[in-house]
Amino acid sequence: MSLNREDVEKLCLLARLKITPEEMTDVASKLSDIVTLVNQLRTADTTEVVPMAHPLDIAQRLREDKVTESDRHEHYQQNASMVERDLYLVPKVIE
Amino acid sequence: MNWDVVIGLEIHTQLATKSKIFSGSSTQYGASPNSQASLVDLGYPGVLPVLNRDAVCMAIKFGLATGCQISPRSIFARKNYFYPDLPKGYQISQYELPIVYDGCLEIVLEDGELRTIGITRAHLEEDAGKSLHDDFRDHSGIDLNRAGTPLLEIVSEPDLRSATEAGIYMRAIHTLVCYLGISDGNMQEGSFRCDANVSIRSRGEKKLGTRTELKNLNSFRFVEKAIQVEIERQINVVEDGAEVVQETRLYDAGSNTTRTMRIKEEANDYRYFPDPDLLPVIIEDKLIEKLRSELPELPDAKRNRFISNYALSETVAEELTSTREIGDYFEEAVKSQPSVPPKQIAKLIQRELTEALKKNSLNIKKSKVPPEIIAVLASKIQDNSISSSAASAVFEELWRTDSSIGVSNVIEKLGLEQISNEGVINTMVDDIIAQNPEQAEQCRKGKDKVIGFLVGQVMKISRGKANPQQVIQTLKNKLRGE
Repeated sequence: MSLNREDVEKLCLLARLKITPEEMTDVASKLSDIVTLVNQLRTADTTEVVPMAHPLDIAQRLREDKVTESDRHEHYQQNASMVERDLYLVPKVIE
Repeated sequence: MNWDVVIGLEIHTQLATKSKIFSGSSTQYGASPNSQASLVDLGYPGVLPVLNRDAVCMAIKFGLATGCQISPRSIFARKNYFYPDLPKGYQISQYELPIVYDGCLEIVLEDGELRTIGITRAHLEEDAGKSLHDDFRDHSGIDLNRAGTPLLEIVSEPDLRSATEAGIYMRAIHTLVCYLGISDGNMQEGSFRCDANVSIRSRGEKKLGTRTELKNLNSFRFVEKAIQVEIERQINVVEDGAEVVQETRLYDAGSNTTRTMRIKEEANDYRYFPDPDLLPVIIEDKLIEKLRSELPELPDAKRNRFISNYALSETVAEELTSTREIGDYFEEAVKSQPSVPPKQIAKLIQRELTEALKKNSLNIKKSKVPPEIIAVLASKIQDNSISSSAASAVFEELWRTDSSIGVSNVIEKLGLEQISNEGVINTMVDDIIAQNPEQAEQCRKGKDKVIGFLVGQVMKISRGKANPQQVIQTLKNKLRGE
């Protein structure tokens, strides 16, 4: 299966990726290869197979409900590009 | 044309754990920004989520209380979308194999009719952070304290048929999660929020109409109002010959309208897949049985027991079981004065305590008059030491001052001991008859209404202290020889 330009543009929007027009052909072709591979996988009969949630056959360990973390926001915010009044600042988003 | 309305609710309730669902950060509300966001909550690379046992137990309790199936094996999935208050770029949620599924809740409609509302599923997930859009010029401020707070998303079947029904169902779920102690249910703090899926179809039609989703309704009143205006909007659209578009809409309380937030084509493709950072959760029967044995008495059962054990009317029982705390308060009061009829205590709670709590915006746990004291007050009405109108004044004084000084002392201090002395009442009644010859005559001729007037006059000169029953009896005796 091959993806056209519009498909790739839609995917870029959903994935919040910006690609240049020069990259378009290459990206479309590589993504098409991946879709082809997935389609090939889909031809395998899996009707009797229980979907695998995790490759390890063990159960999730549960944690006791206890507060173990302390306030380290100043340390964590050192690599934020902008902080004001202890808040991370990001370009304005309103839905 | 007649229309049927079809509504399903998705209720998000924050679970009352001390720490977050996948990290050891506190979930305490109101802390300073980002002071409760750890590396896991911030989505730093290389960290791993570890599931909170209590969040799992709380979800199971909800499932048991609503007759749900409990999944012996449950998995977490990544729900992918981009928003700055979701630092990982995905929310850990459940998609296939939610922790509980396929249950129901019975609700009582306004006319007393019982309706069973199906619960499709309830799954565990993490809450996102908060975005603050004001005050930062062309930027938004992000507080990630809420990120990772455990949520139980309770999804109903499309079984609700009106905005009112949706409100009743939402209240019933709210009461239930508070009873179970799995959520504080605080709506101002966002602990309990709801999305509504709304559609219409012509009466009798089986096929569902195109639905719209109303997002983030955070009060009972808004849920009902938002659904009502959305139903009206959809009917107008269809009756104008157009079609309802599948979309997400926002309710604006100011204008009481809904508006488009995003249409289906712009909708996120969440690309759910099992989260490789989390293993399947295995729930053993042993744990389920342990939790079942810990379930508190649920609202319906408590209401029925109050009716049969304490001879309360349905409405009184309903009110006294509206929260677990008010039920506990009532029962503690009853227990402390076993000889006082529970109805008498119930009356004081409804008339005096509920009012005082409302006026002071207090939770019953913070009541300034403890249950033992209100029970003593009820006993004073019962043995005719005070009239019920005097009890009101005594209650106010107990509330206002230190209630530990004792009911008898307050009655004495206010001089409100009821006058039951026959001689004193006789004199007062004679005086009133003498002062109101006309009314006394009417009363002699059998006009019952006038007795009320004369009783009122006696109560007035006794400053509310005469025993009203005795006054009525004395008046009847003197005027009619009854």
